Amino acid sequence: MATLEIHDLHVSVEAESGPREILRGVDLTVKQGETHAIMGPNGSGKSTLAYSLAGHPKYQVTGGTVTLDGEDVLAMSVDERARAGVFLAMQYPVEVPGVSVSNFLRTSATAVRGEAPKLRTWVKEVKEAMEALQMDPSFAERNVNEGFSGGEKKRHEILQLELLKPKIAILDETDSGLDVDALRVVSEGVNRVRESGEVGTLLITHYTRILRYIKPDHVHVFAKGRIVESGGAELADKLEEEGYAAYVEGGASE
Amino acid sequence: MAETIPAGSTTDGAIQVGQPADARVSAAPSYDVADFPVPHGREEEWRFTPLERLRGLHDGTAEATGGLRVEVTAPEGVTVETVDRTDPRLGRAGKPVDRVAAQAYSSFEKASVVSIAKDAVLTEPVRISVHGEGGVAYGHQLVEVGAFAEAVVVIDHTGDATLAGNVEYVIGDGAKLTVVSVQDWDRQAVHVAQHTALVGRDASFKSVVVTFGGDVVRLHPRVIYGGPGGEAELYGLYFTDNGQHQEHRLFIDHDTPHCRSNVAYKGALQGKDAHAVWIGDVLIRSVAVGTDTYELNRNLVLTDGARVDSVPNLEIETGEIVGAGHASATGRFDDEQLFYLMARGIPHDEARRLVVRGFFAELVQQIGLPDIEERLLTKIEHELEASVA
Repeated sequence: MATLEIHDLHVSVEAESGPREILRGVDLTVKQGETHAIMGPNGSGKSTLAYSLAGHPKYQVTGGTVTLDGEDVLAMSVDERARAGVFLAMQYPVEVPGVSVSNFLRTSATAVRGEAPKLRTWVKEVKEAMEALQMDPSFAERNVNEGFSGGEKKRHEILQLELLKPKIAILDETDSGLDVDALRVVSEGVNRVRESGEVGTLLITHYTRILRYIKPDHVHVFAKGRIVESGGAELADKLEEEGYAAYVEGGASE
Repeated sequence: MAETIPAGSTTDGAIQVGQPADARVSAAPSYDVADFPVPHGREEEWRFTPLERLRGLHDGTAEATGGLRVEVTAPEGVTVETVDRTDPRLGRAGKPVDRVAAQAYSSFEKASVVSIAKDAVLTEPVRISVHGEGGVAYGHQLVEVGAFAEAVVVIDHTGDATLAGNVEYVIGDGAKLTVVSVQDWDRQAVHVAQHTALVGRDASFKSVVVTFGGDVVRLHPRVIYGGPGGEAELYGLYFTDNGQHQEHRLFIDHDTPHCRSNVAYKGALQGKDAHAVWIGDVLIRSVAVGTDTYELNRNLVLTDGARVDSVPNLEIETGEIVGAGHASATGRFDDEQLFYLMARGIPHDEARRLVVRGFFAELVQQIGLPDIEERLLTKIEHELEASVA
């Protein structure tokens, strides 16, 4: 069973005044089949955690370890992490002009699966996944994220999640900017992947709204670059009522 | 009355809006090299060009030694001739506008003339192979398309040469000509040429300029309209490597009513001292009512140390036009795009290839000749592999 173990992770970014520490000792274990919600105020470092796990070059790991089934994730390049089974659904997916969605998906699936998917089954697979996410077939011929609405970008991220079937899925504010219908469609997509029982999910969010659709097993409050409280789903209810005020006294990290 | 519209957005490199087109040249157009002073490098039309690398093409010291093989393969309906410099058909598209073009015009001995008969619709391209064997040469080519004929001409430049030349396209009324000029020179070649198209009434001219090779390549595509209703599409694609100077200077002279022009040039640069220059001059004269024109230049800088000079210039002497616009942008290779693709498991080199291929894709699709499109994409990938290795 796949397990992602984060131990005492420290991460800095380069700022004008020198390196600035954003993550200050994160400890977290996510197992296949589990869903962990990470909730926290703006500037608490949630997205830094997501991007650091995916290996974005902007973030410098200054201490700690991250392993996936014992393998050192931090030693892997960005693409190696993805092929090892770490998937990051981004909050702000990037436009890639001139590269069609269908070409991108197939190139990506080929890389992650280690061989090109058979064309006939692949076309069917993509078509079904797109239908389930209520995406028009013409979508496949558009350029990656170019001119996509906010909702289309998120559907496209979840489409990739469904096709790439990672061991660990990190969803970085996938709910932000979505209306209720889009949130439901996207959440159903995530749930289809979760129901396979083969993915560990790290759901990063500012709001509790998405937790009505995606039920977490564990909820962690993130503040000032680390997890400050952990609990079950009931912790989200408490946050819904009380907000983050109790955790940000003395100032957030930004 | 001249109006100059500022350049589009820019993120890197140098973009400026130049002088009005007719104030930029240091001498009037002429067939005679003696009418042009030897450039010293500070003239508007020479200021980006490394004169010391032209091997004397600009100052009269480059003696023709030959060593240039020109072969023409043409389908039926096409007449191919080699003619003397006195042939009266030569020089009709327009006069040379700078010293090197005039030097070429004053120096060539034989010209190739490709004539496509009136009403002929070619099913196969005319292929002109220009292969250099290391000498100095002055060339002249004329492609003449009869009224209502349709033709595709592919000119391939390969090998090593120090070549100055003029290429003329005389396009009859209602005719359609597509020309693909590929500069796939060896690394040390020097190539300076003026391409002048005279576009007839209701005629269409599509030019695709592709520059990969050479030490210095400086091309000057020009469009002049012979009657109303003419249309010109000028596409260009260049891949400038370390130490290379690739310069494309375009001039579209809207001197006739109701003509259209559309320019799109895209280039990628990589390596130290790679230098690309793009000059886009469009002049809409007061008689040219109903003109519709747009020009675009995009540059993708893949590595540090490369330089782009992009100078769009639009001069409008009448307000009675359909449209006129331009855009120029130079950007660095986007690391966020690379991260996004790699985060989906795509290895670094393949991700880079996808991004660069994507940058050129839209332009390549406009060429409309599948075998050329595939060849260009393959060539781009070779360029990228060379840089990755």
